[in-house]
Amino acid sequence: MLSKRIIPCLDVRAGKLTKGVKFKGNIDIGDPVDAARLYYEQGADEIVFYDITASAEGRSIMIDVVRRVAERIFIPFSVGGGIRTVEDMRQVILAGAEKVSVNTEAVQNPAIITEGAKAFGSQCIVLGMDVRRTNGSNEVPSGYEMVIHGGRIATGLDALGWAKEAERLGAGEICLNSIDADGTQSGYEIDLTRLISSHVGIPVIASGGAGKPEHILEVLTRGEADAALVASMVHYRTHSIEEIKAFLRDRGVATRMHW
Amino acid sequence: MIGIVDYRAGNLTSVARALDYLNEPSVITQDFHRLDGASHIIFPGVGAAGQAMANLRQGGLDHHLQRWVQEGKPVLGICLGTQVIFDHSDEGDTPCLGILPGTVRRFPADLESEGRRLKIPHMGWNRVVFRQDHPVFAGLPETAEFYFVHAFYPAPADERWAVGWTDYGVRFCSAVARGNLVAVQFHPEKSGRPGLAILDNFCRWEGTHAQ
Repeated sequence: MLSKRIIPCLDVRAGKLTKGVKFKGNIDIGDPVDAARLYYEQGADEIVFYDITASAEGRSIMIDVVRRVAERIFIPFSVGGGIRTVEDMRQVILAGAEKVSVNTEAVQNPAIITEGAKAFGSQCIVLGMDVRRTNGSNEVPSGYEMVIHGGRIATGLDALGWAKEAERLGAGEICLNSIDADGTQSGYEIDLTRLISSHVGIPVIASGGAGKPEHILEVLTRGEADAALVASMVHYRTHSIEEIKAFLRDRGVATRMHW
Repeated sequence: MIGIVDYRAGNLTSVARALDYLNEPSVITQDFHRLDGASHIIFPGVGAAGQAMANLRQGGLDHHLQRWVQEGKPVLGICLGTQVIFDHSDEGDTPCLGILPGTVRRFPADLESEGRRLKIPHMGWNRVVFRQDHPVFAGLPETAEFYFVHAFYPAPADERWAVGWTDYGVRFCSAVARGNLVAVQFHPEKSGRPGLAILDNFCRWEGTHAQ
């Protein structure tokens, strides 16, 4: 049967690995290519790169990072951040990425999902969702709202409605990030993850809040996620991917154990 | 020199990068003369069967692929490349190359395992139980997993050609072999060390295997 995936997420700013808390206060913590290779060696099942520069200059630096990563790791990886057109997607894919993720860009221009899926196949198109809890309203019946521009701008768009719509438009996977939990290391937003995962037919990667292996176990079981994104807990070497996988195996959750 | 068949079916550079890493010279080309000069042929691809067949016919590569297989050149199909080797694909009801008798079927929509509905496409890491005697699949750890992304799977007419099996709600054939032809549904170029081992084995294989 399909293994659950453990996916380190690397935020890249101007070619450097960086990490923030709740999308603020980012600090540079190393070279993304070295980090990707380390995680590949440790048994990461996939790697996510998120380019948080998104300036024109930053883009070409990122393409170079993607190319160097593709020469050294032989597992799938995705790239997101500032991808606005099919041509942006093409550049990233030709540089060696398996998948591209669209987030703010897709909310503002949903057609990019369909265009990307037509050009490269749905399996290439990941919908990134930054989601914030609300008090619930007619506009946001699920109680979760989409936010864009790195968490700065609320949209009034219901997260569950958007997830279903994006699947219909051709997204092949969802990377679901809770703004409330991001960088806190106090656990994933389980209710949100289960809500989305149980209402779509495409895989859901849970993101935001991982601090210890127990959190990952919880989101892969109770949260019904297909994969778990990890960042701080592996970047700061608090836990290794191997250790996380051994923890999951001992508790009956199958992940890829040979690499 | 390994020839990678370019028929505009997705990004072929990841196969070339994996071969670079293994120090195997390769060329990505649609020119059959250059592919004729290659010692081995890799036939990858992602996308839809109908479009892939149209591209192959347009470039005349359909006949050359049949010829390379007949002539005894080692040929490795990957993913969509594997699917179009068969007679027919249910994807868009597409007549395919007919190099290997069999069909390509869609996963049923109501696949279940342990009471949970399985998502389609089958995307991620899964085990392959290989028949141990094939040189291209030799020496792989039993617990090795491989990266899959597909909604259709091969069903060869003769189960003796099935050399690898995978379970995803149904047990399906994930690797086939006959003579100098081997073909896999997963992506060895994206499957870490065990995947690289298969590519390495293929590059050293002379295309002979007692069935």
